Amino acid sequence: MSATQRPAGTPLIRLNAVTKVYGTGQAELLALKGIDLSINAGEFVAIMGPSGSGKSTAMNILGCLDTPTAGQYLFHGAHVEALTRDQRARLRRRYLGFVFQGFNLLARTSAQENVELPLLYRGDSAEVRRAAASRALASVGLTGWEAHTPAELSGGQQQRVAIARAIVTQPAVLLADEPTGNLDSQRSQEIMELLQDLNVEHGITVLMVTHEPDMAAYARRLVHFVDGHIASDEANANPTRPLAATAGSC
Amino acid sequence: MLLNTLFIALRSIRRNLLRSFLTILGIVIGVAAVITMVTLGNGATQAVQTKIASLGSNLLMVRPGQRQGPGGAGGGSVPSFKEADAEAILTQIGGVAAVAPEGRSSVTVIANGRNWATTVTGSSNAWFQTGNWTLAAGRQFTDDEQVSGAAVCVIGETVRRELYGGAVGANGMGEQLRIKQFSCTVIGILASKGQAGMGNDQDDTVLVPLHTLQRRVTGNRIVATLLVAMQNGSDSAPIKAALTQLLRERRKLGDADDDNFNVLDTQQLAEALSGTTQVMTALLGAVAAVSLLVGGIGIMNIMLVSVTERTREIGLRLAIGALEREVLLQFLIEAVVLSALGGVAGIIIATAASILLASAMGIPYLFDPAINLLSLAFSAGIGVLFGYFPARRAAQLDPIEALRHE
Repeated sequence: MSATQRPAGTPLIRLNAVTKVYGTGQAELLALKGIDLSINAGEFVAIMGPSGSGKSTAMNILGCLDTPTAGQYLFHGAHVEALTRDQRARLRRRYLGFVFQGFNLLARTSAQENVELPLLYRGDSAEVRRAAASRALASVGLTGWEAHTPAELSGGQQQRVAIARAIVTQPAVLLADEPTGNLDSQRSQEIMELLQDLNVEHGITVLMVTHEPDMAAYARRLVHFVDGHIASDEANANPTRPLAATAGSC
Repeated sequence: MLLNTLFIALRSIRRNLLRSFLTILGIVIGVAAVITMVTLGNGATQAVQTKIASLGSNLLMVRPGQRQGPGGAGGGSVPSFKEADAEAILTQIGGVAAVAPEGRSSVTVIANGRNWATTVTGSSNAWFQTGNWTLAAGRQFTDDEQVSGAAVCVIGETVRRELYGGAVGANGMGEQLRIKQFSCTVIGILASKGQAGMGNDQDDTVLVPLHTLQRRVTGNRIVATLLVAMQNGSDSAPIKAALTQLLRERRKLGDADDDNFNVLDTQQLAEALSGTTQVMTALLGAVAAVSLLVGGIGIMNIMLVSVTERTREIGLRLAIGALEREVLLQFLIEAVVLSALGGVAGIIIATAASILLASAMGIPYLFDPAINLLSLAFSAGIGVLFGYFPARRAAQLDPIEALRHE
């Protein structure tokens, strides 16, 4: 994985004095007020904070879905704030995987085809797509469920399909926005264990936004956002259920 | 990228069969309605033109009485024509090819123990020329038969079939045919002109020499109509003027008197009638165009209903790395494929319906490539308009906004 091959000391992600302003004039809203943040390859970072603290804004900028109003965002040494829409799309396609709170699977579409979707945009052949999707579904414990549509899957299973879709391209970074927000505590734990596995065993850098401390406790680094600033940034020396992970049954 | 996107678009259509079907439905109905209406309208126009053409091209029909209108033709005081008028027209007016004096009477003819109500026409051999008639069998009248009013007749195919049966032109030659109190011998059979449309069967006639009609059927010497065939390529206006002048003299009308006859030009008639049917066609087309428009609005509704789901789908595709133009191309292809499918289905249905309805209405089926192409282009346009532009708006959103679309 290219991200892990970078020389030590050079962060994979670097935000320099990033600000983000929504709206103009009277309606102007300063969502981020000059953020500095470095994330190294292989980290598992939980971004926490109350509503309106700027954590989702930061996540969108980190995911190259949005651009900063001012400041620099370096990803892999590239200046994301200077990239065009299409260049950012190619960057997402190549390096990033997304998991959303609402799963966002295509309706009436089998798990297999949902997972294949990002590969389709990369132009991979049918055989490559099928093999990669099967592998990804197996790594989230959904072997045998390939033909099921989202309506035929439980919430936890749907989120697993979404995770499989995010990792099928073997991304450097997995961005998860409230991945357990729509799930009960049992399913939430299973999803968090899965993210932990991906981080530890596959070396994927995981960035996760959550407002639940229980979920954040799975991460190895906790970043707290308050009112557009980073209020605290600390290591979690003792993550929940460390390392010896085996994927739970669904 | 194009092939790939085509694949994505087709997969999306297949996955959303109900939505795709509803989208197509509006197009199908609209296109089918427009094409059927216009095709039938064209067929009706053609039928009218054929009928007029079969009357004889370059034909002037001269009738006694004022121009036809409410209470027009007839009137006991208006003198009819004489046989000599026909002769005079032929010899004195240039550009005239043939003149046939004509009288008619509705009769029931009997032969072979069968009855048939038809029209018996009395005229001369010039009648064949003025009416563009040819003989399928037999001969025309001899001069003797014409002068003496012999008991001979030429029958149309419909009369032949009803009285003698058999295949077309098979039986009837030389048979006896009873018209009122006299029997005549069938000496010829007219080649069929076929159904002229509008329920008017020109083959349903019996032709006898004019004198035969006058002496044995009507009992008077009236010539009801003069049929004047002009030579090919001759201009009808001067002939019409000369004809009018000649007849005014022969009928001893003073300068102050109105014409007591009228001259009908089949060419003018043809133009007037086909003009009318063309207006009808345009009207039908306009009505059908409204249904195409309603179909388009139906498509718009379906597209708008699915816009939330689709906007989120677009957001997702953008987030996982689809380029804006790839997403747009996908939606464009989806829209075009659906519209084209609808258009083609509409054309197939319209063709089937047109052929069926045309045969039921007794008018010819005419394939009109222009209206087919136009409808197809319009349906594709509608599809693109309502399928593509909402998608374009969505694709221009930030992916994260599109994903949150409620």
